[in-house]
Amino acid sequence: MHFVFKTDYAQDLQLFKHSGQTFWYGTLAVALAIVPWLLSPYFVSQLTFVLIYSIVALGLMLLSGFTGQVSLGHAAFLAVGAYTEGVLAAKGWPFPFSMAVGALTAGIVGAIVGTPALRVKGIYLAIATMAFNIIVEEVLARWESMTGGNAGLQVGPLAMFGWRVQDERAMYYVALVVTALVTLGVVNLLRSPTGRAFVAVRDSEISAASMGINLALCKLTSFVLSAAITGIAGALYAHRLRIITPDQFTVLQSIEMLMMVVIGGLGSIHGAFFGAAFVIILPQLIAVAKDYLPPAIGQATGLQPALFGLILVGFILFEPLGLYGRWVKTRTFFQLFPFYRRGMFRRRKAFMKSERLR
Amino acid sequence: MQVLQVIVSGISQGCIYGLIALGFVLIYKATETVNFAQGELMMLGAFVGLTATSFLGLPYLAAVAAALLVMALFGFVLERAVVDPILGQPAFAVIMVTIGVGFIARGVVTMIPGWGTDTHVLEAPFRGEILHVGGLVVAAEHLVIIAATLLLVATLYAFFRFSRVGIAMQATSQNQLAAYYMGIPVRRLNGLIWAISAAVAALAGLLLAPLSFVHVNMGFIGLKAFPAAVVGGFGSLPGAIVGGITIGVVEAFSGVYLPEGFKDVAAYVVVLIMLVVKPTGLFGETMRKKV
Repeated sequence: MHFVFKTDYAQDLQLFKHSGQTFWYGTLAVALAIVPWLLSPYFVSQLTFVLIYSIVALGLMLLSGFTGQVSLGHAAFLAVGAYTEGVLAAKGWPFPFSMAVGALTAGIVGAIVGTPALRVKGIYLAIATMAFNIIVEEVLARWESMTGGNAGLQVGPLAMFGWRVQDERAMYYVALVVTALVTLGVVNLLRSPTGRAFVAVRDSEISAASMGINLALCKLTSFVLSAAITGIAGALYAHRLRIITPDQFTVLQSIEMLMMVVIGGLGSIHGAFFGAAFVIILPQLIAVAKDYLPPAIGQATGLQPALFGLILVGFILFEPLGLYGRWVKTRTFFQLFPFYRRGMFRRRKAFMKSERLR
Repeated sequence: MQVLQVIVSGISQGCIYGLIALGFVLIYKATETVNFAQGELMMLGAFVGLTATSFLGLPYLAAVAAALLVMALFGFVLERAVVDPILGQPAFAVIMVTIGVGFIARGVVTMIPGWGTDTHVLEAPFRGEILHVGGLVVAAEHLVIIAATLLLVATLYAFFRFSRVGIAMQATSQNQLAAYYMGIPVRRLNGLIWAISAAVAALAGLLLAPLSFVHVNMGFIGLKAFPAAVVGGFGSLPGAIVGGITIGVVEAFSGVYLPEGFKDVAAYVVVLIMLVVKPTGLFGETMRKKV
């Protein structure tokens, strides 16, 4: 383990804990900046998708991973952000302003969802958010004057102050800048008292309330911020897809987002990126592996959902910390070699506590 | 007269929702987890019944019994394999695992030869028969659904209220550690309740099959059963049926009297209202522990 010798309180708040982190993240930034010049446009477009999904995962991670609230309805916020962007872009608004309004609208919708959600926990919250997702999807399908109904809404290319995004490279850079800003924002939020309050609410609501944290306000803030971030992703999503229809934002999409967050690693920023990369890479791997499987399995329409489900169940049973957790364990193994013990990250054996009597 | 007709069809549709919600409530009552794969278990039960009738040629009642038995076994195995290792982790983990199981079930069914992605017809002896009661026209399938549901609910309610096993299951869900102390075989009971719940789901699937045919996406009706369980209250068996019937009737009325599109969201609007007004549901129990 890298031991950081702290001599100053400000070191607790630093973004990079030691010079090793600064070096590696700097290298990553440089690599991401020069990637479009090295890879083919197809890979660049896939990377753009990964970045957009990372923003979505960050939004959901803030709510589910750091505040502990289950949400099966995040596709609704993505839809609100995407449709707002589509409508405003058609009216000629520059991208930063329309994206901000999209985030604001999604945040307001998040407040509407969050207010009844303050009273319910656990499974009831999951069902409430799922119900909400279905209602929003239906409203978007029926509100034909604004959204074009089930036929979908055509979204033009990204445009701001006279510059239009015409190719994959430019879209990638826009997505990269937005992702970097959102990630920085979320990391800063988590370093701040608000962010720490979120984590306290996740770990134990009664303890958090005893420490003076306003539970209702905390959960509501988390909902609003999470919805706003997802709305930002929705704006980029609209421009990436060019046509948006209500049936791209169903409960299945919400479940896919949750899977992304769980497989990536619940409760970590890195987990959002790992999960997004995983969700984009898996269909590609399946497409490649299809030819090697017997036809009954390879050509079945249900191959992708089945594999997704299998991997999700496998991760929850055997690797609850997700891909990021697996990375941390591997890194610790090599850092502590040969003193790594097998049970270092094991959870304590817990008996099921009744949520009704908490 | 038309109002009565709408009510009857709403009640029978609601009984299907109620049967699936019953499966949810059974598992919740015993282990305080929710099985998001209940719709898929229903679909599997219908497919097993279809195999027994069409491919193996068994008579209807034997096929029903076979489907119930097979699904009970499947539910038990599922619990052992997937739910038992993670009991003790927060509810989120179990929700995600059951969602994953639902995905796997949907995917694997498309790969099985003979099942695949086609829509099949389940031959039931009462399919297509129509009865005239008073001035109403009632399909025989609806009557069978309502009768079977009422019978099942009465049996299960008596089981949980009066039998030792039922009371032991309730104890397990309230405080697992204390249940262990009292010598209750917790893991065996968990397996048993999942077996019963899977059998109830199979029955729901067999009853629904004459109405909606047997196909791989049949399980999506399970999504509507959630509002039913919430409206009735998650810990209450009669509540699940009452909730299901409420949702069914509301849906039937909004389909007839409200503009197009409201029918699909009516159930979810009801559940949101319920969660705001009375989160524990109509028959739910409010337990509170002082810190």
